[in-house]
Order: sequence, then structure tokens, then C-alpha cells
Amino acid sequence: MPRRNDIKKILLIGSGPIVIGQACEFDYSGTQACKALREEGYEVVLINSNPATIMTDPNTADRTYIEPLTWEIAAKVIERERPDALLPTLGGQTALNLAMDLQQHGVLEKYGVEMIGADTKVIAKAEEREQFKAAMQKIGLDVCRGETVKTISEARAVLDQIGCPCVVRPSFTMGGSGSAIAYNRGEFDQLVRRGLDQSPVTEVLVEESIIGWKEYEMEVMRDKDDNVVIICAIENFDPCGVHTGDSITVAPAQTLSDKEYQRMRDASLAVIREIGVETGGSNIQFATNPADGRMIVIEMNPRVSRSSALASKATGFPIAKIAAKLAVGYSLHELRNDITRKTTACFEPTIDYVVTKIPRFAFEKFPEADATLTTQMKSVGETMAIGRTFKESFQKALRGLEVGSFGFGCDGRDLWGTDAQPSRDDIRAKLSTPNEERIWYLRYALKGGMTCEEIHGLSAIDPWFLDQLAELVEFEDELGRFGDINDVSDEQLRRAKQLGFSDRQLATLWDSNEMEIRAQRKARGVRAVFKSVDTCAAEFEAYTPYYYSSYEDEDETPPKQDRQRIMILGGGPNRIGQGIEFDYCCCHASFALREMGIESIMVNSNPETVSTDYDTSDLLFFEPLTAEDVLNIYDAIAPDGVIVQFGGQTPLNLARALKTAGVPIIGTSVDTIEDAEDREKFQQLLFELGLKQPANGIAKNMNEANDEAAKVGFPSIVRPSFVLGGRAMEICYDKQQFDRYVAEAFLASLGQPVLIDRFLEDATEVDVDAVSDGEEVVVMGIMEHIEEAGVHSGDSACAIPPYSLPGPVVDEIRRATKAMARRLKVVGLMNVQYAVKRENGAMNVYVLEVNPRASRTVPFVAKATGVPVAKIAAKVMAGAKLAELGVTSEPIPSHVSVKESVFPFRKFVGVDIVLGPEMRSTGEVMGISERFSIAFAKAQLASGLVLPESGRIFISVAARHKDQVVGLAQRLTELGFRLLATGGTARRLGEEGIPVELVKKLAEGHPNLIDHLKNEDVSLILNTPNGKGARTDEGKIRAASVQHGVPCITTIQAAEAAVKAMEAIREEGMNVQSLQERFPSGGDPA
Amino acid sequence: MSCHAGFRDRSYRVGPYHQRSLSLPIFMKRTMSIAKLALEDGTVFVGESFGAEGEVDGEVVFNTSMTGYQEILTDPSYRGQIVTMTYPQIGNYGVNQEDLESSKPHLAGFIVRENSRIASNFRASGDLQAYLREHGIVALAGIDTRALVRRIRIHGAMKGVLSSRDLDDARLIDKAVASPGLVGRDLVREVLPDADLQWDESLDDWAQLHNRPVTERGLHVVALDFGMKWNIPRHLRSQGCRVTVLPGTSTADEVLDRKPDGVFLSNGPGDPEPLDYAIQTIQGVLDKVPVFGICLGHQLLALAGGAKTFKLKFGHRGANQPVLNLLNGRVEITSQNHGFAVEEASLPECFEITHRNLNDDTIAGLRHRTAPAFSVQYHPEASAGPHDSQYLFGQFVESMTACST
Repeated sequence: MPRRNDIKKILLIGSGPIVIGQACEFDYSGTQACKALREEGYEVVLINSNPATIMTDPNTADRTYIEPLTWEIAAKVIERERPDALLPTLGGQTALNLAMDLQQHGVLEKYGVEMIGADTKVIAKAEEREQFKAAMQKIGLDVCRGETVKTISEARAVLDQIGCPCVVRPSFTMGGSGSAIAYNRGEFDQLVRRGLDQSPVTEVLVEESIIGWKEYEMEVMRDKDDNVVIICAIENFDPCGVHTGDSITVAPAQTLSDKEYQRMRDASLAVIREIGVETGGSNIQFATNPADGRMIVIEMNPRVSRSSALASKATGFPIAKIAAKLAVGYSLHELRNDITRKTTACFEPTIDYVVTKIPRFAFEKFPEADATLTTQMKSVGETMAIGRTFKESFQKALRGLEVGSFGFGCDGRDLWGTDAQPSRDDIRAKLSTPNEERIWYLRYALKGGMTCEEIHGLSAIDPWFLDQLAELVEFEDELGRFGDINDVSDEQLRRAKQLGFSDRQLATLWDSNEMEIRAQRKARGVRAVFKSVDTCAAEFEAYTPYYYSSYEDEDETPPKQDRQRIMILGGGPNRIGQGIEFDYCCCHASFALREMGIESIMVNSNPETVSTDYDTSDLLFFEPLTAEDVLNIYDAIAPDGVIVQFGGQTPLNLARALKTAGVPIIGTSVDTIEDAEDREKFQQLLFELGLKQPANGIAKNMNEANDEAAKVGFPSIVRPSFVLGGRAMEICYDKQQFDRYVAEAFLASLGQPVLIDRFLEDATEVDVDAVSDGEEVVVMGIMEHIEEAGVHSGDSACAIPPYSLPGPVVDEIRRATKAMARRLKVVGLMNVQYAVKRENGAMNVYVLEVNPRASRTVPFVAKATGVPVAKIAAKVMAGAKLAELGVTSEPIPSHVSVKESVFPFRKFVGVDIVLGPEMRSTGEVMGISERFSIAFAKAQLASGLVLPESGRIFISVAARHKDQVVGLAQRLTELGFRLLATGGTARRLGEEGIPVELVKKLAEGHPNLIDHLKNEDVSLILNTPNGKGARTDEGKIRAASVQHGVPCITTIQAAEAAVKAMEAIREEGMNVQSLQERFPSGGDPA
Repeated sequence: MSCHAGFRDRSYRVGPYHQRSLSLPIFMKRTMSIAKLALEDGTVFVGESFGAEGEVDGEVVFNTSMTGYQEILTDPSYRGQIVTMTYPQIGNYGVNQEDLESSKPHLAGFIVRENSRIASNFRASGDLQAYLREHGIVALAGIDTRALVRRIRIHGAMKGVLSSRDLDDARLIDKAVASPGLVGRDLVREVLPDADLQWDESLDDWAQLHNRPVTERGLHVVALDFGMKWNIPRHLRSQGCRVTVLPGTSTADEVLDRKPDGVFLSNGPGDPEPLDYAIQTIQGVLDKVPVFGICLGHQLLALAGGAKTFKLKFGHRGANQPVLNLLNGRVEITSQNHGFAVEEASLPECFEITHRNLNDDTIAGLRHRTAPAFSVQYHPEASAGPHDSQYLFGQFVESMTACST
């Protein structure tokens, strides 16, 4: 059937902030959907709260609402826009849940909005366990035995039937959040209680455990004519028991015979038909018992998912784009396969390579969290690699993970052969319980002579995968017998590269260095070639240039055309501190180059992203971001320039090696980037420009650190150099704290020095993004932080324009920014962090940090000002002048934009949520309004912090905030809230005549605050910390607030803003407006 | 339920490499026997010989199925061909006793990027390498198979020689050029059964999602075997038919003597045009009983009706080929293996096109306008491949039922 003409305007819901379980993949799918629908002539209305997305760029949709994803706000958008249809299947679980809410509240019915792709019945059938189970039984498919329960006693009754171990899974949560395995009754009770609490419908599933079974995923597409195709089968390396998002996964399935595969395919077709997903993509998970092949259906997502993004990148088939077109009436065979152009989209991709995805974790940020991998997702990002064999793709993926490893060990980083070599017992323990490090312990097990059978017995990992790893270790041992690369034959060298060994690994084996090995192997003709990803295993000619490296005979890279070629290095896997913001910048760099007629070439290894979409750039290389892999591409395509300043720390870390190897890096020079990080040089520069910085020092060892600490004084900030996201960064108020943290900083800095700065207490932090063409400098955005200096800039909320800083201070910041950009000869982006501190009646501006590169705030600035900052910067780097681009003055919007951070605390039970200098947020949201307070309220709402309208507020503040809190308490009382407080705070408020109810401290017995939380009679907590840590009373309260879903504000500045926001909402409520209305010119001078 | 216990008890079979000492270097352990593939255009690929020692010639083709190598090896239609698997890792799940499409491999040679050292699957009874050696199949691993496939796609299927005996490039290329190729050759006679037989096996549990008991329908099918894949008679049995398999050389009288309710025309190797005997037989049974043809059987039915066939540039071999059913507008993902096709321009009035290959618009299915006869170019019996088109066996049964009443 052709496209539907009865609908004209379609509402698309994005997935909101990046959180664990929902990352860039939905920007990728949403962006594809917007493009696909507009290509068909539909008007697209988009609602998403995440400013760091390509989908919220004003030219991606027709009407873009950066607004909180609640049904009330969405209803306002619907009321204004009157869309004909709502497409809920491309914005992850968030969009599905929001669509369900809209339906339940009668909004869709009221405004006559049709749900397309999947309707509420389908969603409920797929997601409500009992309905799903009944559906599966109807079509004769096995499911796990178990039941959905609403109380602990019902749960115990189910447990009596199925026994331990069993799985406890809360209904309707994202990324399997809250799911876990209970091995005993005690654990069981605890998990059921938590699950009931976390489920929005107070419901958990208690199910037989299939731990150790083989796990598979099928990506399925269906059209209105009931044509169904499988896009990709994915096999999990980690057996059942580990959330698929936390598993190493491999495409295609490796250990299924055709008979077993076809049964799984038949089952997939039956499932999608029975559930009734009308059109679009779904993901179906299966488990098979390795002993007898018994197959059960685990679950189905009736929408595009993280796995469909992976499947799209793994096969070249654009699932989201096709899903969008199917939703508006097309049949699969009416759509073309973009890659072959000649054939249709109605086929099943076949691939002639192996794809490996490895998750990236961030447990180092949450030392109190349980690091065992379970059915609840804990990873924050992932990397994917393509190789001709599993061994090659696996080793590539490990180096693409950017955790300091350059393959499957043997890279000078592993513990084998060192004093810290793990014992057999350590190894056995690490193999039998899934954990982040298990992959390395598999290596240790093999090095230590454990057989694959033994390892299989402990880990249940399929013997085929284990044998692949064994082959790598055997070959490494063999290579290790040669003393030197010269003793190795060309054939052996080639074989090493074919098995995915990096030059760094070979250098470790032969006591050489990476560049030496590279030079020698190239001289001996062992060079990477590039193969194309074409959906069809070369059966048809491919037109979409999407490549991966391998050590084969034939190279398929296209010859250079008669135009410039510029290569952009991406940011690799998402991690805390480096995520979608940098991918956004890389995409803009690519768009800018294309607009200038330059051939754009993207290099990245993150399958979730828009940058790795095959039509974002002219050429896409899906490769790890290491010097070796980037140089291989450089050798093959000879670009005229390389951009390293957009992908975060990842490409910057390669800049020196690339430059030394002769790669032309464009924009701000590598020397400048390094000089800005060089303490002494930077100090000198500030001195010359007459700018201030806090007292500081640099230390290469503990002795130096002690000397510097004495000079700098306390409080001080200690941090390692050359890391992003404030890793191991701490504020020390005394020598004792200092001694502890400085030792940690040395560990995290990996041989680089540790930096010690005076910490400016109670200062206001300011972030500035500017673009310079080497001559002219234009400030793009000045962001005033809401939390005080000391909270990592990536974790604090901030506003454009500044909401409290006096004009002269802002002017001074502007002047300083321009002076530094000129002096550093910045070409491209620059970010500066300032602290403004009132001292002796004057406002002093201190420079904290200068980064001559794209910052995390660039997309926020772009959305707040309507100016495509990253695109302008890329054009400048490619040689344009700001004046030519019409960028001459700082954009100052008439409205206020507030950015708020979003944290993964719900995934890490018991972790203290107090903000500090170490970044822990995974994502961000934005609130826009004419007034600061409403913009702040929107940002809070979007981040999931619902400011209450009535009820009880618990207040407990640090001694230094006692005065400030009085005024806030007064205003809250005036708003009609009842206050709760413990001893000190209660006494102080009582003295001021503010009515307050006294609550016991945890140590004082019951009823204490946690009892109140459990009774659900507290609607907000204001708690500024005296101390930090999960074990303190405050820490327990804060952790409990997360568990019970009660908003908790932990800084006095945020409390102040929140009170203002509550007052403002009382006055006027929230209104919505699209970016296109705010920036009617389109805001694209570039 | 204790899953862990089930796990530890599980045994898996390992290949010969695995049982050897792990201290030997891989390349020595392999004792790296070299094999070469030479194409008629002068290209030579050098890799590792991992099957039987020997030298074979044939048409070099590729198959894009990611699973099902055992079915492909035992499919008699590959007679005279050297088959390259585009998926690089083959042998992972070993070989077993059930996934056979005939008693032994029929292809001339087998080429993979990498052969698995072990077989990991609960159904495996052995590993691929041992299986190839046992059946004398010369096999090559370790070459850039994608480069080979691209060469075939761009230049068309080519004659080639695969040898672990003669490693002289020039000589091998000469042999490749001298290789007879497929056109005009009767390869069917090389894979025909010697005698007729009653077929009793139905589909096994692994060949279908739900195992259904066979309900006898009292219909008798005579299957003309031109190199038939076993999954076809299994399907016919599972439909409740009595199946008699006759050699493809049987005459129409021999077929009709068996009093069939329907005649099935099987798949088979090579060029259909030289098979005059088969065409005559079909002409003799057409209009007398319902006829259903698959692959070569489809081409023979078309030839019997007066159409012509032609050789495709490099053929269709894989399990992901989309076919549009013109009668209901639905797309079937099909398993295919053919190098020849029915020429549309030559198609006489008596045929209606029922199916088309969506990749290149070639004819994928035909129906006779007056006689109860239909055929498809692809493989509804799958094995290897998807089960989308199994309804065709039901259609054949309906057609027989309609004619017998």
C-alpha cells in the first residue's frame, strides 16, 4: 500500500535525557524518523527534553518542542499543534510510556490523534507480562514459568512453586531497571519490595531462572501487508542472567544451525503477528537451553530499541527510517534498499563479517554500588567493531572500548605475569559471577592453563566463543616466542593482524613501540584494507560508503574525488563525561563540511549515534579510535585535514601521535591544546593578560603534592590531569582528606601529574563557549551555574543568559574570554570555566580552566540561542572567517534556558547522591521560558524531579546554610507546605516562628524520616550535606529518597531556585512554545 | 528447576584440533597444507587446504546463507560447482545426522574464510573438517572470500580449479580454462538415484516450529528425482502423501503406471536444456495429473511448455531472496539455488507468472493456465532457509485433492 494521505501532521516523541538503558540510539532513530517522514511530505512535530540531540535541531523537525516529557505538557503541545497521528515507537520506553499516559488521560481521544505503528492494545500486550505470556501460550511458544504479583505475599506464593534462583522483574521500567536474581528467600523479599516500589504500576514478575542459557535477540520488521523480515540475529556472548545491554553481543548468531535458526525465525514471525505490531521494528529476545535446545521467548519490545540501532549499524539496514515509512502506510517492498539502490527493503540482510558489541561501565564513579552484572542494566555506553572474523572484531571492540586496553590483553595493561597476577581461586570467582572484569579473567584463565570445558563449567559461556579466545591466547603465546619482529615471517605477521592484534600488543610482545611495529609491518606489506558494509555480502553493488578495516587482499575504499576531504574523529563509546554532546558536535562538523562542498569522513565506534548513521557523512569508517586504526584510515584515504576537537577527550588523546605521524590537524593547533592543559604555560598566559586564577600547584609525586598543598592552602581541589569528567577529583577541607584523595588521584592519573587548586567556596561558576577564527572571537553563550563552584560543571544546572550576575562581571568574562582565545590563536571552539567570588565587597572573576575544543555545553548553547555553534566552528576550522559566515555578535536570546543534569542513582541502589567535583550525570534536559523560575521548573520536571504543589517538605541543612534556609522555609510555608525537620534545623526555624514538625534522626529511633518516606507522606527533601558518603545518616536519607522516588535537592542554590519555581508555577503555570517560533529566522547564519 | 546442573552435565563435541596439544603453534599445528583456487580469468587465490587432498574443477559460485552449510554441502544441485560461503565463519555448530539433504556432499569443492576448530552444538555429531575429509571434498580456507565474491559478481560465474596437489599457477589457470563448465552438460545423470523407492521420512522436530502428527490423506505423489533435496519428500510425507521417488530419467508411462495423484519435479544440478528425457516425461504427464516443480523442476516444466531458459550472470544462491507473490501481493523470503532461469520473452501463453524475484524481476513462479501444474524457481522446502513458502506443498495437496474427486 502506498503512503497515507489522510494524515498530514505527525507527532513524534523523543526519549528525553540520556540515562542508563536509553542513550543516543533514540536520537539516531528519532532523527532518521523525522527525516523519513519529512521526505514523504508530512509535517513533523517533535517533543523531547534533551537539547544535546540532533533530532531537536530546529531543522530536523518542522516544529520542535524542547519540553518536559509528561502527559500534561505533551497535551499542551497536542492542543496547540493538533497532529493527526502520534508515532510512539521511535523514542524508546519513555515515548511508549508517555503515549500510554496520553491515551489513558483521554488526550488522544479528545484531539482525535491516531496512534500509528503500535497502539495501546499492542503495547499493553507486549509489555504486560500476563498478557504477553497468555499470547505466547496461545501460539504455542514456551515462556518462563512465573507470575506477576502485586504484593509480597502473592510473590511468596509464586516462589513456593518455582523456587530459587528466580528472577524478580518490576513491570514497566526502562532498561530492565530493578530486575534482579534472588538466590535465597531473604534476597527475594528485598527484591520484591524494591521492585514493587520501582514499578509505576506496583507490579513485579517472579519467574523461573534461566541463568546460563544461551540468549539471542531477533530484530524483526513488519508492514501493513503482513510482510515480516528478520533484519539481524544477535547472539549474546554472556549467557542469560546478564541484561542484554550489559552483555557482549555478536551478530550474526554464531552457534545456531540453520534448523534452530529457522525455528527462532518462525517463532519471531509468530510473536510479532500475535502481539499485533502493525508496522515497524520490534525486538524479540529468546533463550535456548544449551543441553537440549528448548527455546523460550523472554520478552518483546514493540518498538525500535538499542538492539535495533545495533542491528542497523551491524547490517547497514536503516530500521528506524524504514519503520517510520511503514507507519505511514508503505509496504516493505515499496521501499528501496538505500545501500544497493536497485533492490527493495523487503529482504533479510546477510553479512560477510562479524560484529561485536562490548558494553562500557562506570562503576569507578559509584564505588558503593554493586558491580555484579544482573538482569538490570548498569552499563553507560557501548562500542561496536566489525571484523572479518569474531577474533578480529572482538579485539577491535576491546580497543574501541577505550579503557586502556589494546585488544585481548597482552598490551602491558593486564595483570598476567605481574605481582598482582590473580590466583586460580580469584579467577574461578570472577568467571562464575558475571562482572565487568570477567572478560579479562577469561584471558587469565586461559593463560593459566584452564581448559575451555572448565571455563564453560564456571561461566556457561558457549564453548565456541571460548575456543575463539583460546585461539587468540595460543597465537599470542606463539608470537611471544619470537624475540623480535624481524624473526617473524610476513605470513605470521599478517595472521597476527588478521586475528585483530594491534601494533601496541605486538610492541608489548617484542618490547618495541607501536610506531616502530607499524613502520615495519607496512614496509613488509602488511597493511589494512577496507571492506564495505553492504547488507548483501557483496551480491549487489553498494552505493553507501560505510567501511571497516581488515587484513585481507582487496581494498574497497573509493578513490579521492576532485574536492577536499576532511576526516572527523568521533567520541567512541558513551561514558560519564563524554556522551551525546560530542556526537552532536561531530555530526554538525560533518553537516558543515558537506555544506561547504567538502567530502566529510566520519570515524567512530559507537553504534548508538547519529554520527555512525551511514548518511550523516560522505564516508563512514566504523573503527576504534586508536592511533593505529585512525592512521590506517588516514593512509587509505589521505584526507586534507583531520578534526580532533569535536569528539571529546578521545580524539584529543590521539592528537599528538597523529600530528607526529604527519596528519594535518585543522583548527586550533595541537600545541595550543596541550599548552592550555600545561599549568605553567597557562599561568604565564593569564599573568600576561592580567587575569586571575585560584592558587594552584602541580605534583608528580606525593612529596611534591604535600609541598604544593601547603602553598595552596585549604580547602583545595585535587585531580589528575588529562582526564575528563572530574574522574577522581575531590575537594579537601583538611590535610587528612587531602592525603587520602591525592593517593587516589595518582592512581587515576596513570603516570600524569596531579593538579592541586585552591577551592573557592561559595563562588558562582560560569561556563562560556566561544568560537574564534584565529582573528575574531565571538562569545556564543555565557552560562551561570545554579550550584556553587565545586559541583562538577557537567553535573550542575546552568542558565543562559546569566540570571544573577551583574552586567560588569559578565562584561569582564566576555573580555577575558576573547583575550584568551586571541592569545591562544584558537581556531574553532573554546570553552572557559570561571568562578565569580565576592571578596571584600568586590566581585572577582577567576579563570578555572580553558579548553580550546568543543565542550559538553555546545548543544545546549545552540538550542538556547538558536545559533548552530558547532557548525560555525567547523566551517571556521575548514577555512571560513566568522565575518563571511555572518557571525559577528554574541547571540543574546530574549528567553531563559536552563540545563539540568540527570543521574543514574536509581540504578545504583544505596549510593549517596550528593553532588561533587566528580561528574556522575549521564544526561541533560533543558527548560525554556520567558522567566528563569519557570525555565528552572521545566528543567526540573524534565529531569524527573517533580516539584510538589502541596504536602510535606523535609528540611535539613548544613550549619552554614541555616540562615539562608529560614527565608526559604518562610516562603514554603506561605505556599501552603508543611515542614518537617530534625533537631538543629527545627530549633532554628522554631526560633524564627515558622511552624515545623520535629522528626527523629535515624539514630534517635522511630518515627524518623525514612519511616515518613516509606509512608509516602513527604513530597520533597531539601538536604545540604555536612558530610558525604552512603554510610552517614544524611547519605542514607538521600539514598532512601531515590529509592522511594521522592525528589531531593542537595544544594542551597538549587533549593532557592526551586522555591522560586514553585512560586512562579503557582502564579502562571507552564506554557509550551516551539523552537521555530522562538527563532523564526531559523537561526542559521552559517 | 536447576539450570546450572543441566549445564555442567552438558557435553559438547570438539574437533580434532582441540584435542591436540595446545603448545604447538597454530600454523604448525595445522601442518598448513596449501591449496589454491585458480579462475579462468587468471586470478589465483592461495589458502589452506582443510578438506580432502585433491584437485577438482567446476563453476565457482557463492552462497550468501549465514547458516545451513551442511544442507548446502549435501544439496545435489551443487554438482559440478565449487561453492564459496560469503559468511566468513563456517563449521561453528559442526555437522549432525539430521540436517542432510542427501546421503553425501555433491559439490565439487568448498571455500570458506575460516573453518571452526570446534563444533559447538548439542546436536553435533562431528566437525566439518572430518566430514569433508570423510567424503573426499576438497576445501579451501583463509582466502579473501569477499574479494572472490566481488569478482564473480562483477564478471559473472567462472570456471575454476581447486587443488591441493598442483600448486603451479599457470597450469591451474590452464586447467580452469579447459574445465567443461555447466552449459549444455547433463549433470543430473551424475546424481540420479539408481532405482525407485518409497519415501517414509517426514519432517523432524528441528525442521519446524511445531511438530504436527502426519494425517494420511490417501494421495500418492510420484517424485521425479533429478537430484532431489530430501526435505522435499519429507514435506510431502508430512502433508500426508504417500511418496514414491523415481529416477529423473523415468518415462511418462513409467510414472503413470504408478497411478500417481500428482507428479513432483525435483530440483537438480546444472543446465535444464539438455534434459530432453525429462522434458518429454513432463509433456507426457502434464494435463493428466497435477504437477508441481521446484527449481530445476520449474525450469523443466517451463521447457516442457515451450519456454526457454537462460544462464544468469552469477545466479541466486542464498536464503534471503525476496519473492513477490503476484496472486496475493505478499513477499516471501526464500531460499534459492539456481544459475539458470526461465526467459520471460520466450514464455508461451499457456503460462501465467505467479511469482517474481524482487531483486532482479526474474520469473520466480509459474502456473499453467489450462493444466493443473505450477512451479517455483526457489525452494519452499527451505533447508537451508526460511519457511515462508511452505504453503506451496499445501497448494499441491489441494490441487491433487481437487483433481482426484
